[in-house]
Amino acid sequence: MIEVDSLTKRYGRATAVDGVSFRVEKGEILGFLGPNGAGKTTTMRILTCYLPPTQGTARVGGYDVFEQPMEVRRRVGYLPETPPLYPDMEVHDYLDFCAKIKGVAAREREAKVGAAIDKCRVGDVRTTLIGKLSKGYRQRVGVAQAILHNPDVLILDEPTAGLDPKQIIETRELIRGLGGDHTVILSTHILPEVQLTCGRVLIINEGRVVAEDSPENLTRRLKGAGTLRIEVRGEENAVLATVRAVPGILAAHVRGGHDEALVIDVEAEAGRDVRSDLAGAVVTGGHGLLGLQQMGMSLEEIFLHLTTTDETEAAGAAEAKEA
Amino acid sequence: MTALWNVTAIFQKEWRHYFGSPIAWVALFVWTLLFGIFFSFGVTFFLEMSMRASQQAMQYGGPTRLSMNEMLIQPILQNMAVVALFIAPMLTMRLFAEEKRQGTIELLATSPLSDLQVVMGKFLAAAALYFLMLLAGLVNVVLIWTYADTTPEWQPVASGALGLFLLGCCFLAMGTFVSTLTRNQIVAGILSFCLFLGMWTLGWADSPTAGSGMKVVAYLGVTTHLEDLAKGVVDLKDIVFYLSVITFGLFLAHQSVESQRWRA
Repeated sequence: MIEVDSLTKRYGRATAVDGVSFRVEKGEILGFLGPNGAGKTTTMRILTCYLPPTQGTARVGGYDVFEQPMEVRRRVGYLPETPPLYPDMEVHDYLDFCAKIKGVAAREREAKVGAAIDKCRVGDVRTTLIGKLSKGYRQRVGVAQAILHNPDVLILDEPTAGLDPKQIIETRELIRGLGGDHTVILSTHILPEVQLTCGRVLIINEGRVVAEDSPENLTRRLKGAGTLRIEVRGEENAVLATVRAVPGILAAHVRGGHDEALVIDVEAEAGRDVRSDLAGAVVTGGHGLLGLQQMGMSLEEIFLHLTTTDETEAAGAAEAKEA
Repeated sequence: MTALWNVTAIFQKEWRHYFGSPIAWVALFVWTLLFGIFFSFGVTFFLEMSMRASQQAMQYGGPTRLSMNEMLIQPILQNMAVVALFIAPMLTMRLFAEEKRQGTIELLATSPLSDLQVVMGKFLAAAALYFLMLLAGLVNVVLIWTYADTTPEWQPVASGALGLFLLGCCFLAMGTFVSTLTRNQIVAGILSFCLFLGMWTLGWADSPTAGSGMKVVAYLGVTTHLEDLAKGVVDLKDIVFYLSVITFGLFLAHQSVESQRWRA
Protein backbone atom coordinates (compact mmCIF):
# COMPACT_ATOMS: atom_id res chain seq x y z
CA MET A 1 0.00 0.00 0.00
CA ILE A 2 2.83 2.34 0.87
CA GLU A 3 6.23 2.03 -0.75
CA VAL A 4 8.97 4.35 0.31
CA ASP A 5 12.28 4.14 -1.46
CA SER A 6 15.45 5.85 -0.22
CA LEU A 7 13.57 8.96 0.75
CA THR A 8 15.69 11.98 1.64
CA LYS A 9 14.65 15.40 2.79
CA ARG A 10 17.06 18.23 3.40
CA TYR A 11 16.25 21.60 4.85
CA GLY A 12 19.06 23.75 3.65
CA ARG A 13 22.13 22.00 5.05
CA ALA A 14 20.29 19.97 7.68
CA THR A 15 19.16 16.51 6.65
CA ALA A 16 15.91 15.58 8.33
CA VAL A 17 15.33 12.27 6.57
CA ASP A 18 18.25 10.34 5.15
CA GLY A 19 17.57 7.50 2.72
CA VAL A 20 14.59 5.95 4.44
CA SER A 21 13.01 2.93 2.74
CA PHE A 22 10.12 0.78 3.90
CA ARG A 23 6.90 -0.82 2.78
CA VAL A 24 3.57 -1.11 4.46
CA GLU A 25 1.07 -3.73 3.38
CA LYS A 26 -2.67 -3.24 3.28
CA GLY A 27 -4.34 -3.42 6.67
CA GLU A 28 -1.08 -3.21 8.57
CA ILE A 29 -0.43 -0.86 11.48
CA LEU A 30 3.12 0.45 11.37
CA GLY A 31 4.64 2.35 14.24
CA PHE A 32 7.26 5.03 13.73
CA LEU A 33 9.37 5.20 16.79
CA GLY A 34 12.08 7.68 17.47
CA PRO A 35 13.16 10.54 19.66
CA ASN A 36 11.90 14.02 18.96
CA GLY A 37 13.50 15.41 15.84
CA ALA A 38 14.30 12.00 14.38
CA GLY A 39 12.47 12.73 11.12
CA LYS A 40 9.14 11.07 11.84
CA THR A 41 7.03 14.11 11.14
CA THR A 42 8.98 15.01 8.03
CA THR A 43 8.50 11.51 6.61
CA MET A 44 4.80 11.72 7.32
CA ARG A 45 4.54 15.13 5.73
CA ILE A 46 6.13 13.79 2.59
CA LEU A 47 3.72 10.85 2.53
CA THR A 48 0.78 13.25 2.83
CA CYS A 49 2.11 15.48 0.03
CA TYR A 50 2.63 18.39 2.39
CA LEU A 51 6.32 18.55 1.58
CA PRO A 52 8.11 17.38 -1.53
CA PRO A 53 11.02 14.98 -1.01
CA THR A 54 14.52 16.12 -1.89
CA GLN A 55 15.40 12.67 -3.21
CA GLY A 56 13.84 9.26 -3.44
CA THR A 57 10.26 8.29 -4.09
CA ALA A 58 7.21 7.52 -2.05
CA ARG A 59 4.12 5.84 -3.42
CA VAL A 60 0.78 5.53 -1.70
CA GLY A 61 -1.71 3.10 -3.20
CA GLY A 62 0.44 3.01 -6.33
CA TYR A 63 0.43 6.79 -6.79
CA ASP A 64 3.59 8.83 -6.49
CA VAL A 65 3.32 11.60 -3.89
CA PHE A 66 5.13 14.01 -6.15
CA GLU A 67 3.70 13.11 -9.55
CA GLN A 68 0.07 12.49 -8.60
CA PRO A 69 -0.45 14.34 -5.32
CA MET A 70 -4.22 14.76 -5.75
CA GLU A 71 -4.74 11.01 -6.11
CA VAL A 72 -2.61 10.42 -3.02
CA ARG A 73 -4.42 13.08 -1.00
CA ARG A 74 -7.76 11.51 -1.84
CA ARG A 75 -6.58 8.24 -0.34
CA VAL A 76 -4.82 9.52 2.75
CA GLY A 77 -6.26 10.68 6.05
CA TYR A 78 -3.79 12.70 8.06
CA LEU A 79 -3.71 13.81 11.65
CA PRO A 80 -0.81 16.23 12.13
CA GLU A 81 0.92 16.62 15.46
CA THR A 82 -1.36 19.49 16.41
CA PRO A 83 -4.85 18.62 15.20
CA PRO A 84 -5.75 21.11 12.45
CA LEU A 85 -8.88 22.54 14.04
CA TYR A 86 -10.71 25.84 13.68
CA PRO A 87 -11.52 26.97 17.23
CA ASP A 88 -14.45 29.09 16.12
CA MET A 89 -16.29 26.26 14.38
CA GLU A 90 -18.66 23.74 15.86
CA VAL A 91 -17.56 20.11 15.69
CA HIS A 92 -20.24 19.07 13.23
CA ASP A 93 -19.71 22.08 10.97
CA TYR A 94 -15.98 21.52 11.03
CA LEU A 95 -16.32 17.90 9.97
CA ASP A 96 -18.82 18.92 7.32
CA PHE A 97 -16.28 21.39 5.96
CA CYS A 98 -13.57 18.74 6.00
CA ALA A 99 -15.87 16.36 4.12
CA LYS A 100 -16.40 19.02 1.47
CA ILE A 101 -12.73 19.72 0.86
CA LYS A 102 -11.89 16.02 0.93
CA GLY A 103 -14.24 15.53 -1.98
CA VAL A 104 -16.95 13.50 -0.23
CA ALA A 105 -20.02 13.53 -2.50
CA ALA A 106 -22.82 15.78 -1.24
CA ARG A 107 -25.34 12.97 -0.82
CA GLU A 108 -22.95 10.86 1.27
CA ARG A 109 -21.65 13.72 3.33
CA GLU A 110 -24.09 13.67 6.20
CA ALA A 111 -23.78 9.89 6.56
CA LYS A 112 -19.99 9.98 6.55
CA VAL A 113 -19.78 12.83 9.01
CA GLY A 114 -22.19 10.93 11.25
CA ALA A 115 -20.13 7.74 10.96
CA ALA A 116 -16.91 9.55 11.87
CA ILE A 117 -18.64 11.22 14.83
CA ASP A 118 -19.83 7.84 16.09
CA LYS A 119 -16.51 6.11 15.55
CA CYS A 120 -14.57 8.74 17.44
CA ARG A 121 -17.27 9.20 20.08
CA VAL A 122 -17.64 12.95 19.73
CA GLY A 123 -21.44 12.82 19.39
CA ASP A 124 -22.04 14.60 22.68
CA VAL A 125 -20.05 17.66 21.58
CA ARG A 126 -21.25 17.89 17.98
CA THR A 127 -22.62 21.41 18.47
CA THR A 128 -19.84 22.64 20.78
CA LEU A 129 -17.30 25.17 19.55
CA ILE A 130 -14.00 23.40 19.03
CA GLY A 131 -12.22 26.13 20.97
CA LYS A 132 -14.10 25.08 24.07
CA LEU A 133 -13.24 21.39 23.85
CA SER A 134 -10.79 19.61 26.12
CA LYS A 135 -7.54 18.29 24.70
CA GLY A 136 -8.90 14.75 24.52
CA TYR A 137 -11.94 15.76 22.55
CA ARG A 138 -9.86 17.87 20.21
CA GLN A 139 -7.64 14.93 19.48
CA ARG A 140 -10.69 12.79 18.74
CA VAL A 141 -12.12 15.42 16.43
CA GLY A 142 -8.73 15.41 14.73
CA VAL A 143 -8.93 11.66 14.25
CA ALA A 144 -12.53 11.99 13.03
CA GLN A 145 -11.32 14.47 10.42
CA ALA A 146 -8.66 11.99 9.27
CA ILE A 147 -10.99 8.99 8.88
CA LEU A 148 -13.90 11.00 7.52
CA HIS A 149 -13.55 10.19 3.83
CA ASN A 150 -12.79 6.56 4.61
CA PRO A 151 -9.22 6.73 3.28
CA ASP A 152 -7.18 3.64 2.47
CA VAL A 153 -4.25 5.02 4.39
CA LEU A 154 -4.23 6.78 7.73
CA ILE A 155 -1.23 8.73 8.89
CA LEU A 156 -1.34 9.78 12.52
CA ASP A 157 1.41 11.93 13.99
CA GLU A 158 1.61 11.31 17.73
CA PRO A 159 -2.09 10.59 18.14
CA THR A 160 -1.88 10.16 21.90
CA ALA A 161 0.37 13.09 22.76
CA GLY A 162 -0.95 15.14 25.63
CA LEU A 163 -3.84 12.86 26.52
CA ASP A 164 -4.62 11.48 29.95
CA PRO A 165 -4.22 7.72 30.54
CA LYS A 166 -7.88 6.94 29.99
CA GLN A 167 -7.95 8.89 26.75
CA ILE A 168 -4.74 7.21 25.63
CA ILE A 169 -6.32 3.79 26.09
CA GLU A 170 -9.41 4.90 24.21
CA THR A 171 -7.37 6.33 21.36
CA ARG A 172 -5.31 3.15 21.11
CA GLU A 173 -8.45 1.07 20.95
CA LEU A 174 -9.76 3.35 18.25
CA ILE A 175 -6.57 2.95 16.24
CA ARG A 176 -6.50 -0.81 16.67
CA GLY A 177 -10.08 -0.86 15.44
CA LEU A 178 -9.04 1.05 12.34
CA GLY A 179 -6.37 -1.44 11.32
CA GLY A 180 -7.58 -4.11 8.92
CA ASP A 181 -9.78 -1.78 6.88
CA HIS A 182 -7.20 0.93 6.78
CA THR A 183 -3.45 0.89 6.49
CA VAL A 184 -2.16 2.91 9.41
CA ILE A 185 1.13 4.62 10.11
CA LEU A 186 1.44 6.21 13.49
CA SER A 187 4.37 7.93 15.08
CA THR A 188 5.22 8.17 18.71
CA HIS A 189 8.08 8.51 21.07
CA ILE A 190 6.22 6.56 23.71
CA LEU A 191 7.34 2.97 23.50
CA PRO A 192 4.50 0.97 25.07
CA GLU A 193 2.27 2.52 22.50
CA VAL A 194 3.80 0.67 19.60
CA GLN A 195 3.93 -2.51 21.64
CA LEU A 196 0.22 -2.24 22.20
CA THR A 197 -1.04 -1.04 18.85
CA CYS A 198 1.38 -1.79 16.07
CA GLY A 199 2.05 -4.93 14.10
CA ARG A 200 5.42 -3.64 13.04
CA VAL A 201 7.84 -1.02 14.30
CA LEU A 202 10.23 1.17 12.44
CA ILE A 203 12.78 2.78 14.69
CA ILE A 204 14.13 6.02 13.31
CA ASN A 205 16.99 8.00 14.65
CA GLU A 206 18.59 11.06 13.09
CA GLY A 207 16.73 10.52 9.86
CA ARG A 208 17.74 6.90 9.40
CA VAL A 209 15.94 3.63 9.98
CA VAL A 210 17.89 1.82 12.70
CA ALA A 211 15.60 -1.18 13.12
CA GLU A 212 12.48 -2.63 11.60
CA ASP A 213 10.55 -5.62 12.93
CA SER A 214 7.54 -6.65 14.95
CA PRO A 215 7.68 -5.44 18.54
CA GLU A 216 8.00 -9.04 19.77
CA ASN A 217 10.77 -9.91 17.36
CA LEU A 218 12.65 -6.79 18.18
CA THR A 219 12.49 -7.71 21.82
CA ARG A 220 13.59 -11.28 21.11
CA ARG A 221 16.21 -10.45 18.55
CA LEU A 222 18.38 -8.48 20.84
CA LYS A 223 20.51 -10.08 23.44
CA GLY A 224 18.85 -10.17 26.78
CA ALA A 225 16.14 -12.35 25.31
CA GLY A 226 17.92 -15.33 26.87
CA THR A 227 18.14 -13.88 30.35
CA LEU A 228 16.13 -15.40 33.15
CA ARG A 229 15.74 -14.10 36.64
CA ILE A 230 15.10 -16.59 39.42
CA GLU A 231 14.38 -16.11 43.06
CA VAL A 232 15.59 -18.97 45.18
CA ARG A 233 15.70 -19.75 48.89
CA GLY A 234 18.96 -21.48 49.85
CA GLU A 235 22.64 -21.15 50.43
CA GLU A 236 24.32 -19.00 47.79
CA ASN A 237 27.15 -21.20 46.56
CA ALA A 238 25.07 -24.34 46.51
CA VAL A 239 22.36 -22.67 44.52
CA LEU A 240 24.81 -21.22 42.01
CA ALA A 241 26.45 -24.59 41.57
CA THR A 242 23.10 -26.24 40.92
CA VAL A 243 22.08 -23.62 38.44
CA ARG A 244 25.36 -23.65 36.53
CA ALA A 245 25.11 -27.41 36.18
CA VAL A 246 21.92 -27.17 34.10
CA PRO A 247 22.68 -27.78 30.39
CA GLY A 248 22.35 -24.70 28.21
CA ILE A 249 23.18 -22.26 30.97
CA LEU A 250 26.08 -20.00 30.11
CA ALA A 251 26.38 -17.99 33.27
CA ALA A 252 24.67 -17.22 36.53
CA HIS A 253 25.38 -14.54 39.03
CA VAL A 254 23.73 -13.18 42.10
CA ARG A 255 21.97 -9.99 41.40
CA GLY A 256 20.83 -9.27 44.89
CA GLY A 257 18.78 -10.76 47.62
CA HIS A 258 17.16 -10.31 50.95
CA ASP A 259 16.80 -12.33 54.13
CA GLU A 260 14.60 -14.94 52.58
CA ALA A 261 15.85 -15.40 49.04
CA LEU A 262 18.54 -14.78 46.45
CA VAL A 263 17.85 -13.10 43.17
CA ILE A 264 19.96 -14.63 40.43
CA ASP A 265 20.28 -13.63 36.78
CA VAL A 266 20.84 -16.59 34.54
CA GLU A 267 22.06 -16.32 30.98
CA ALA A 268 21.00 -19.12 28.70
CA GLU A 269 22.05 -20.05 25.19
CA ALA A 270 20.15 -18.09 22.60
CA GLY A 271 17.12 -19.84 21.19
CA ARG A 272 16.98 -22.46 23.90
CA ASP A 273 14.21 -22.55 26.45
CA VAL A 274 15.79 -23.76 29.67
CA ARG A 275 13.03 -22.73 32.02
CA SER A 276 11.60 -26.15 32.87
CA ASP A 277 15.06 -27.75 33.21
CA LEU A 278 16.19 -24.93 35.43
CA ALA A 279 13.12 -25.12 37.65
CA GLY A 280 13.47 -28.88 37.92
CA ALA A 281 17.15 -28.67 38.86
CA VAL A 282 16.55 -26.05 41.53
CA VAL A 283 13.71 -28.01 43.11
CA THR A 284 15.48 -31.39 43.01
CA GLY A 285 18.57 -29.67 44.42
CA GLY A 286 16.54 -29.06 47.56
CA HIS A 287 16.28 -25.30 47.17
CA GLY A 288 13.05 -23.42 47.37
CA LEU A 289 12.08 -21.89 44.01
CA LEU A 290 10.12 -18.71 44.67
CA GLY A 291 10.07 -17.19 41.22
CA LEU A 292 11.22 -17.53 37.66
CA GLN A 293 10.90 -14.79 35.07
CA GLN A 294 11.91 -14.37 31.44
CA MET A 295 13.73 -11.08 31.13
CA GLY A 296 12.94 -9.73 27.66
CA MET A 297 14.56 -6.45 26.92
CA SER A 298 11.86 -3.82 26.91
CA LEU A 299 11.47 -1.64 23.87
CA GLU A 300 12.79 1.18 25.96
CA GLU A 301 16.07 -0.66 26.42
CA ILE A 302 16.19 -1.72 22.79
CA PHE A 303 15.58 1.81 21.77
CA LEU A 304 18.30 3.19 23.97
CA HIS A 305 20.54 0.37 22.89
CA LEU A 306 20.01 1.03 19.20
CA THR A 307 20.33 4.77 19.42
CA THR A 308 23.30 4.82 21.75
CA THR A 309 25.34 2.07 20.07
CA ASP A 310 25.06 4.11 16.92
CA GLU A 311 26.60 7.02 18.70
CA THR A 312 29.39 5.01 20.31
CA GLU A 313 30.17 3.41 16.97
CA ALA A 314 30.29 6.81 15.38
CA ALA A 315 32.51 8.07 18.18
CA GLY A 316 34.74 5.01 17.74
CA ALA A 317 35.00 5.63 14.02
CA ALA A 318 35.89 9.25 14.64
CA GLU A 319 38.58 8.24 17.11
CA ALA A 320 39.99 5.69 14.67
CA LYS A 321 40.18 8.38 12.03
CA GLU A 322 42.05 10.71 14.33
CA ALA A 323 44.49 7.97 15.25
CA MET B 1 -16.81 21.09 -11.46
CA THR B 2 -15.00 19.81 -8.38
CA ALA B 3 -12.83 22.91 -8.60
CA LEU B 4 -15.94 25.04 -8.21
CA TRP B 5 -17.12 22.94 -5.28
CA ASN B 6 -13.78 23.30 -3.57
CA VAL B 7 -13.72 27.07 -4.04
CA THR B 8 -17.28 27.21 -2.70
CA ALA B 9 -16.33 25.16 0.36
CA ILE B 10 -13.47 27.51 1.22
CA PHE B 11 -15.65 30.52 0.43
CA GLN B 12 -18.40 29.33 2.79
CA LYS B 13 -15.91 28.60 5.53
CA GLU B 14 -14.37 32.07 5.31
CA TRP B 15 -17.76 33.71 5.03
CA ARG B 16 -18.92 31.94 8.18
CA HIS B 17 -15.73 32.92 9.90
CA TYR B 18 -16.27 36.57 9.03
CA PHE B 19 -19.78 36.55 10.45
CA GLY B 20 -19.06 34.14 13.29
CA SER B 21 -16.44 36.55 14.59
CA PRO B 22 -16.81 40.29 15.12
CA ILE B 23 -14.75 41.06 11.98
CA ALA B 24 -17.64 41.34 9.52
CA TRP B 25 -19.89 43.18 11.97
CA VAL B 26 -17.24 45.70 12.96
CA ALA B 27 -16.27 46.27 9.34
CA LEU B 28 -19.90 46.73 8.32
CA PHE B 29 -20.55 48.99 11.27
CA VAL B 30 -17.55 51.24 10.69
CA TRP B 31 -18.10 51.36 6.96
CA THR B 32 -21.80 52.23 7.10
CA LEU B 33 -21.24 54.69 9.94
CA LEU B 34 -18.56 56.57 8.02
CA PHE B 35 -20.57 56.37 4.82
CA GLY B 36 -23.52 57.84 6.71
CA ILE B 37 -21.44 60.62 8.27
CA PHE B 38 -19.85 61.58 4.95
CA PHE B 39 -23.25 61.45 3.33
CA SER B 40 -24.97 63.63 5.90
CA PHE B 41 -22.16 66.21 5.86
CA GLY B 42 -22.15 66.01 2.10
CA VAL B 43 -25.88 66.68 1.89
CA THR B 44 -25.67 69.63 4.30
CA PHE B 45 -22.80 71.10 2.33
CA PHE B 46 -24.56 70.47 -0.95
CA LEU B 47 -27.76 72.18 0.27
CA GLU B 48 -25.78 75.21 1.40
CA MET B 49 -23.96 75.39 -1.92
CA SER B 50 -27.23 75.01 -3.82
CA MET B 51 -28.81 77.81 -1.83
CA ARG B 52 -25.89 80.08 -2.58
CA ALA B 53 -25.88 79.10 -6.21
CA SER B 54 -29.56 79.88 -6.62
CA GLN B 55 -29.11 83.24 -4.87
CA GLN B 56 -26.23 84.03 -7.19
CA ALA B 57 -28.27 82.91 -10.15
CA MET B 58 -31.06 85.26 -9.14
CA GLN B 59 -28.67 88.19 -8.79
CA TYR B 60 -26.23 87.62 -11.60
CA GLY B 61 -27.74 84.84 -13.64
CA GLY B 62 -26.11 81.49 -14.31
CA PRO B 63 -26.97 77.92 -13.54
CA THR B 64 -29.51 77.44 -10.79
CA ARG B 65 -28.82 73.79 -10.23
CA LEU B 66 -25.61 72.14 -9.12
CA SER B 67 -24.78 68.63 -10.24
CA MET B 68 -25.53 66.21 -7.42
CA ASN B 69 -23.23 63.64 -9.01
CA GLU B 70 -20.33 66.00 -9.08
CA MET B 71 -20.83 67.83 -5.82
CA LEU B 72 -22.24 65.13 -3.58
CA ILE B 73 -21.77 61.55 -4.73
CA GLN B 74 -18.34 61.73 -6.30
CA PRO B 75 -16.64 63.16 -3.17
CA ILE B 76 -18.34 60.55 -1.00
CA LEU B 77 -17.09 57.71 -3.15
CA GLN B 78 -13.59 59.15 -3.04
CA ASN B 79 -13.74 59.45 0.73
CA MET B 80 -14.92 55.87 0.99
CA ALA B 81 -11.93 54.80 -1.08
CA VAL B 82 -9.79 56.11 1.79
CA VAL B 83 -11.87 54.13 4.25
CA ALA B 84 -11.38 51.04 2.07
CA LEU B 85 -7.63 51.61 2.38
CA PHE B 86 -7.97 51.24 6.14
CA ILE B 87 -10.50 48.44 6.28
CA ALA B 88 -9.10 46.13 3.59
CA PRO B 89 -6.11 44.99 5.70
CA MET B 90 -8.51 43.98 8.44
CA LEU B 91 -10.42 41.76 6.05
CA THR B 92 -7.39 40.04 4.58
CA MET B 93 -4.74 39.91 7.28
CA ARG B 94 -5.96 36.70 8.86
CA LEU B 95 -6.78 34.82 5.66
CA PHE B 96 -3.57 32.78 5.55
CA ALA B 97 -1.69 34.01 8.62
CA GLU B 98 -4.26 32.42 10.92
CA GLU B 99 -4.26 29.12 9.04
CA LYS B 100 -0.51 28.99 9.43
CA ARG B 101 -0.57 29.86 13.10
CA GLN B 102 -3.29 27.31 13.89
CA GLY B 103 -1.67 24.63 11.75
CA THR B 104 -4.85 24.25 9.75
CA ILE B 105 -2.89 25.08 6.64
CA GLU B 106 -1.71 21.48 6.92
CA LEU B 107 -5.31 20.32 6.59
CA LEU B 108 -5.84 22.42 3.49
CA ALA B 109 -2.50 21.47 1.99
CA THR B 110 -3.07 17.73 2.42
CA SER B 111 -6.68 17.69 1.23
CA PRO B 112 -7.43 17.06 -2.42
CA LEU B 113 -7.81 20.69 -3.41
CA SER B 114 -5.30 22.91 -5.13
CA ASP B 115 -3.59 25.93 -3.64
CA LEU B 116 -5.20 28.13 -6.26
CA GLN B 117 -8.66 26.98 -5.18
CA VAL B 118 -7.86 27.90 -1.59
CA VAL B 119 -6.56 31.33 -2.64
CA MET B 120 -9.63 31.97 -4.80
CA GLY B 121 -12.10 30.86 -2.13
CA LYS B 122 -10.52 33.14 0.44
CA PHE B 123 -10.23 36.13 -1.86
CA LEU B 124 -13.82 35.78 -3.08
CA ALA B 125 -15.10 35.63 0.50
CA ALA B 126 -13.30 38.87 1.33
CA ALA B 127 -14.54 40.45 -1.92
CA ALA B 128 -18.12 39.35 -1.20
CA LEU B 129 -18.02 40.89 2.25
CA TYR B 130 -16.63 44.09 0.76
CA PHE B 131 -19.39 44.04 -1.85
CA LEU B 132 -21.97 43.72 0.92
CA MET B 133 -20.41 46.69 2.72
CA LEU B 134 -20.60 48.70 -0.47
CA LEU B 135 -24.28 47.87 -0.95
CA ALA B 136 -25.05 48.76 2.65
CA GLY B 137 -23.36 52.14 2.15
CA LEU B 138 -25.11 52.82 -1.14
CA VAL B 139 -28.46 52.67 0.67
CA ASN B 140 -27.67 56.28 1.64
CA VAL B 141 -27.34 57.27 -1.99
CA VAL B 142 -30.52 55.44 -2.96
CA LEU B 143 -32.37 57.51 -0.37
CA ILE B 144 -31.81 60.54 -2.60
CA TRP B 145 -34.13 59.00 -5.16
CA THR B 146 -36.85 58.56 -2.55
CA TYR B 147 -36.67 61.97 -0.94
CA ALA B 148 -35.23 64.53 -3.35
CA ASP B 149 -37.22 66.45 -5.98
CA THR B 150 -34.44 66.28 -8.49
CA THR B 151 -32.50 63.07 -8.81
CA PRO B 152 -28.90 62.53 -9.82
CA GLU B 153 -28.00 60.52 -12.87
CA TRP B 154 -27.69 56.89 -11.98
CA GLN B 155 -24.98 55.94 -14.47
CA PRO B 156 -22.12 57.83 -12.75
CA VAL B 157 -23.28 56.41 -9.41
CA ALA B 158 -23.11 52.88 -10.79
CA SER B 159 -19.75 53.36 -12.48
CA GLY B 160 -18.34 55.07 -9.39
CA ALA B 161 -19.50 52.20 -7.20
CA LEU B 162 -17.98 49.75 -9.66
CA GLY B 163 -14.71 51.69 -9.47
CA LEU B 164 -14.78 51.66 -5.69
CA PHE B 165 -15.48 47.95 -5.70
CA LEU B 166 -12.61 47.20 -8.09
CA LEU B 167 -10.26 49.43 -6.12
CA GLY B 168 -11.16 47.56 -2.94
CA CYS B 169 -10.65 44.22 -4.67
CA CYS B 170 -7.14 45.30 -5.67
CA PHE B 171 -6.40 45.86 -2.00
CA LEU B 172 -8.01 42.56 -1.03
CA ALA B 173 -6.02 40.61 -3.62
CA MET B 174 -2.75 42.18 -2.54
CA GLY B 175 -3.72 41.74 1.10
CA THR B 176 -4.36 38.05 0.48
CA PHE B 177 -0.84 37.80 -0.86
CA VAL B 178 0.70 39.61 2.11
CA SER B 179 -1.20 37.32 4.49
CA THR B 180 0.57 34.29 3.00
CA LEU B 181 3.96 35.72 3.98
CA THR B 182 3.67 35.50 7.74
CA ARG B 183 1.97 33.57 10.49
CA ASN B 184 1.36 36.73 12.46
CA GLN B 185 -1.87 38.53 11.65
CA ILE B 186 -0.72 41.87 13.00
CA VAL B 187 2.40 41.81 10.88
CA ALA B 188 0.28 40.91 7.85
CA GLY B 189 -2.09 43.77 8.65
CA ILE B 190 0.62 46.39 9.00
CA LEU B 191 2.51 45.23 5.91
CA SER B 192 -0.70 45.22 3.88
CA PHE B 193 -1.53 48.71 5.00
CA CYS B 194 1.90 49.97 4.00
CA LEU B 195 1.61 48.25 0.64
CA PHE B 196 -1.84 49.73 0.01
CA LEU B 197 -0.60 53.14 0.97
CA GLY B 198 2.23 52.73 -1.52
CA MET B 199 -0.19 51.70 -4.25
CA TRP B 200 -2.26 54.74 -3.37
CA THR B 201 0.52 57.34 -3.35
CA LEU B 202 1.84 56.28 -6.77
CA GLY B 203 -1.06 58.31 -8.13
CA TRP B 204 0.39 61.47 -6.61
CA ALA B 205 3.24 61.41 -9.07
CA ASP B 206 0.92 62.93 -11.61
CA SER B 207 1.10 66.68 -12.13
CA PRO B 208 0.73 68.94 -15.14
CA THR B 209 4.48 69.27 -15.33
CA ALA B 210 5.31 65.61 -14.80
CA GLY B 211 7.57 63.93 -17.34
CA SER B 212 6.65 60.71 -19.14
CA GLY B 213 8.37 58.59 -16.48
CA MET B 214 6.27 60.10 -13.73
CA LYS B 215 3.17 59.67 -15.88
CA VAL B 216 3.85 55.95 -16.00
CA VAL B 217 4.28 55.81 -12.23
CA ALA B 218 1.07 57.76 -11.76
CA TYR B 219 -0.70 55.40 -14.11
CA LEU B 220 0.12 52.53 -11.76
CA GLY B 221 -1.53 54.32 -8.85
CA VAL B 222 -4.83 52.76 -7.88
CA THR B 223 -6.66 56.05 -7.37
CA THR B 224 -5.79 57.45 -10.79
CA HIS B 225 -8.28 55.07 -12.34
CA LEU B 226 -11.03 55.80 -9.85
CA GLU B 227 -11.38 59.41 -10.94
CA ASP B 228 -12.79 58.72 -14.38
CA LEU B 229 -15.09 55.99 -13.14
CA ALA B 230 -16.41 58.23 -10.39
CA LYS B 231 -17.18 60.87 -13.03
CA GLY B 232 -19.17 58.32 -14.96
CA VAL B 233 -16.58 57.71 -17.66
CA VAL B 234 -16.30 53.96 -18.08
CA ASP B 235 -13.05 53.44 -19.89
CA LEU B 236 -11.96 49.93 -20.65
CA LYS B 237 -8.36 50.72 -19.76
CA ASP B 238 -9.32 51.53 -16.16
CA ILE B 239 -11.29 48.31 -15.79
CA VAL B 240 -8.46 46.33 -17.34
CA PHE B 241 -5.98 48.01 -15.02
CA TYR B 242 -7.94 47.00 -11.92
CA LEU B 243 -8.49 43.47 -13.14
CA SER B 244 -4.76 43.19 -13.87
CA VAL B 245 -3.82 44.29 -10.36
CA ILE B 246 -6.32 41.81 -8.87
CA THR B 247 -4.97 39.00 -11.03
CA PHE B 248 -1.41 39.93 -10.15
CA GLY B 249 -2.18 39.91 -6.42
CA LEU B 250 -3.84 36.51 -6.63
CA PHE B 251 -0.99 35.20 -8.75
CA LEU B 252 1.51 36.31 -6.11
CA ALA B 253 -0.60 34.75 -3.37
CA HIS B 254 -0.76 31.47 -5.26
CA GLN B 255 2.97 31.45 -5.95
CA SER B 256 3.70 32.26 -2.34
CA VAL B 257 1.50 29.47 -0.98
CA GLU B 258 2.98 26.99 -3.41
CA SER B 259 6.58 27.99 -2.82
CA GLN B 260 6.23 27.58 0.93
CA ARG B 261 6.00 23.85 0.45
CA TRP B 262 9.46 23.94 -1.04
CA ARG B 263 10.98 26.26 1.47
CA ALA B 264 9.33 24.80 4.56
